Amino acid sequence: MRNSLIAKATVAVLGAALLAGCSSSSDSTPKAEDTGPVSLTYWAWAPGLDKVVDIWNKKNPNIKVTVKKQASGDDLVTKIITASKAHKAPDLVQAEFQALPTLVSNDVLADISSEAGSAKSEFADGVWQQVTLGSDALYAIPQDTGPLMFYYRQDLFKKYGLTVPKTWDDFAATARALKKKDSKRSLTTFSSNDAGLFAGLAQQAGAKWWTTSGDKWNVGIDDAASKKVADFWGGLVKEGAVDNQPMYTPAWNKALNTGTQIAWVSAVWAPGVLTTAAPDTKGKWAMAPLPQWSAGENKTGSWGGSTTGITTDSKHKAAAAKFATWLNTDPEAVAALVKNGGIYPAATTAQTGSALSTAPEFFSNQPTFYTDAAAIAKTTAAGAWGPNVNVAYSAFKDAFGKAAQNKTDFTSALDSMQSTTVADLKKQGFTVG
Amino acid sequence: MATATVRPRKRGRPSGPRVAPYGFLAPAGILFALIFALPIGYAVYLSLRKVEIKGLGLGKNARHEVWAGLSNYTGVLSDHELFAGALRILGYGAIVVPTMLGLALLFALMLDSKHTRAGGFSRLAIFLPYAVPGVVAALLWGFLYLPTVSPFTYLLDKLGLPEPDLFSSGLLFGSLANIAVWGGTGFNMIVIYTSLRAISPDIYEAARIDGASELQIALRIKIPTVAPALILTFFFSVIATFQVFSEPTTLKPLTNAISTTWSPLMKVYQDAFVRGDIYSAAATSVVIAIVTLVLSFGFLKAANSRTDQGAS
Repeated sequence: MRNSLIAKATVAVLGAALLAGCSSSSDSTPKAEDTGPVSLTYWAWAPGLDKVVDIWNKKNPNIKVTVKKQASGDDLVTKIITASKAHKAPDLVQAEFQALPTLVSNDVLADISSEAGSAKSEFADGVWQQVTLGSDALYAIPQDTGPLMFYYRQDLFKKYGLTVPKTWDDFAATARALKKKDSKRSLTTFSSNDAGLFAGLAQQAGAKWWTTSGDKWNVGIDDAASKKVADFWGGLVKEGAVDNQPMYTPAWNKALNTGTQIAWVSAVWAPGVLTTAAPDTKGKWAMAPLPQWSAGENKTGSWGGSTTGITTDSKHKAAAAKFATWLNTDPEAVAALVKNGGIYPAATTAQTGSALSTAPEFFSNQPTFYTDAAAIAKTTAAGAWGPNVNVAYSAFKDAFGKAAQNKTDFTSALDSMQSTTVADLKKQGFTVG
Repeated sequence: MATATVRPRKRGRPSGPRVAPYGFLAPAGILFALIFALPIGYAVYLSLRKVEIKGLGLGKNARHEVWAGLSNYTGVLSDHELFAGALRILGYGAIVVPTMLGLALLFALMLDSKHTRAGGFSRLAIFLPYAVPGVVAALLWGFLYLPTVSPFTYLLDKLGLPEPDLFSSGLLFGSLANIAVWGGTGFNMIVIYTSLRAISPDIYEAARIDGASELQIALRIKIPTVAPALILTFFFSVIATFQVFSEPTTLKPLTNAISTTWSPLMKVYQDAFVRGDIYSAAATSVVIAIVTLVLSFGFLKAANSRTDQGAS
């Protein structure tokens, strides 16, 4: 009896302590000041960003920016939408280009056209169009871009007597020639775990996945251009000319490091990935423009690339816009971003600036790396994103994963991606044309 | 409490409104309401809501939350992908539960046997995988399954034997089940072993005098006596099967064979955090919870009525 009394009393005390713990935590959120020095929070994942922000904080004691490191990409989209629903979003957020319509649709990002509209001249039209969503509003300042390129093992291409493919037909011929010479090696793999690459390849072929007409969204994932890309890769996977295993796995790292895969269609940020995935192959790679659909063409798509957005919850939009503009256009800031974060800046003057005068260490054998990259970046086709890119991307993973695994028709996988995306838009209540 | 002194009755015990029991119950009651009833209630509320979109759905005031009635539930019940996920889980459970419990019972009986040597070490060795977090276990096995980095396929290759693709559609269930069996056998073994230790040695002695062999003792005395422990472990294993999430989620990036909606809980995660539709995710969660509850309690009831019959 006595023991159970003590036990009950302990439970009561613990319970009270827990309750107190719950209530005290909600009081600790800082209150925004409307006068005097302003402090801004910034959710981002770019490496080394805190060092760039330190430069700003030293120069601008009245606008103090604090970076809060976040998980990259899709996870942050979910997190910021949730935070915004609770009206607890930070002032600034890093967002990928394809996430902007989703964020704007959820009323996360503020229109900053009056605060930062003048930055337009710093960026290429195709890039700027993606942050305005083709409207008069401005939802973010571009930070970095990811134009697609063709990376290949120079030494192994020489060994097997292969030439750098100029067109996708050449690419297929190269893949077959390599298989014939050494059945254990593959030119590359078709990966179903990152839809961004496929989206970029479709973009190069001229696909426009999301467009608007009046109050209607049109989804063109199964348009002729995307079908062409899907058929091309589906054919290569089916005949076994390229591998069908996903990227970014330990097996993939090994394949790149040991030369079982000797090329990679990737973006300008590939040197960073190769440095960690295939450290033994340093200095053996080279970069060339992406193969084209018809000879003489000069186009590329993009994979990744991000922006700095300002949230509707921010109480200091003007100060935040000032910082975002500085971060992505000021020569000193962009140079620091390149140096500390290894990003490829979206601002056009920075692409040929002194920050990018030397090639990445991994590509020291190609001193003109960034000059070549700047020339390729100019040819980037504009992206066309919609309010449910996440859904389309996960539909890609499932449909193309299955098709690549079973080496079946990629066109039906594309159709399933289209129908899932349209069904989701309709279910959410969008009008679909 | 004041009334107690005014109206003393029967040896001066207080008899007014009895607050003390409620006072003692309050912390548990409040905690139950806050961390159990409230979130569940909110999930049910969310499952009856949806978002309506105006025009292109861009900019301010483009989204409004409205009542959805039962439309989220009709959506869930007519969802082929969720149904397919449930079937996959059934297949997975059909491998995991019997294998894991069979091994756990076998190990427990072996450890309980008089002839076992190094029992303490074996017990620890079998239990140890349970201490490895599920995500870590899945990663570890994932590396062992991947053909180009696995030491197993390396050995098979050296021996000139064919290398199985453990992520192919046919072997995938076995590969996933293996992780659960590896991690869960130890825990279930401990539960069964503990209840074996509780059996009085007198019973064994009596059985031996009657001429029972060790095997007969195991089959006729030990297994029937630990039946409640077996029911309990079965119950836990079935619930764990319904909730399988971290292993397939961790293995998903390594292979094309696992889709983003492989198990029902992965579908909930996908709806809530990729599609951003917390309303249908809430509806799916409620349906999964009800199915789990009905099946678990149905099983418990059936098991109890059987053991009651056995006792009477």
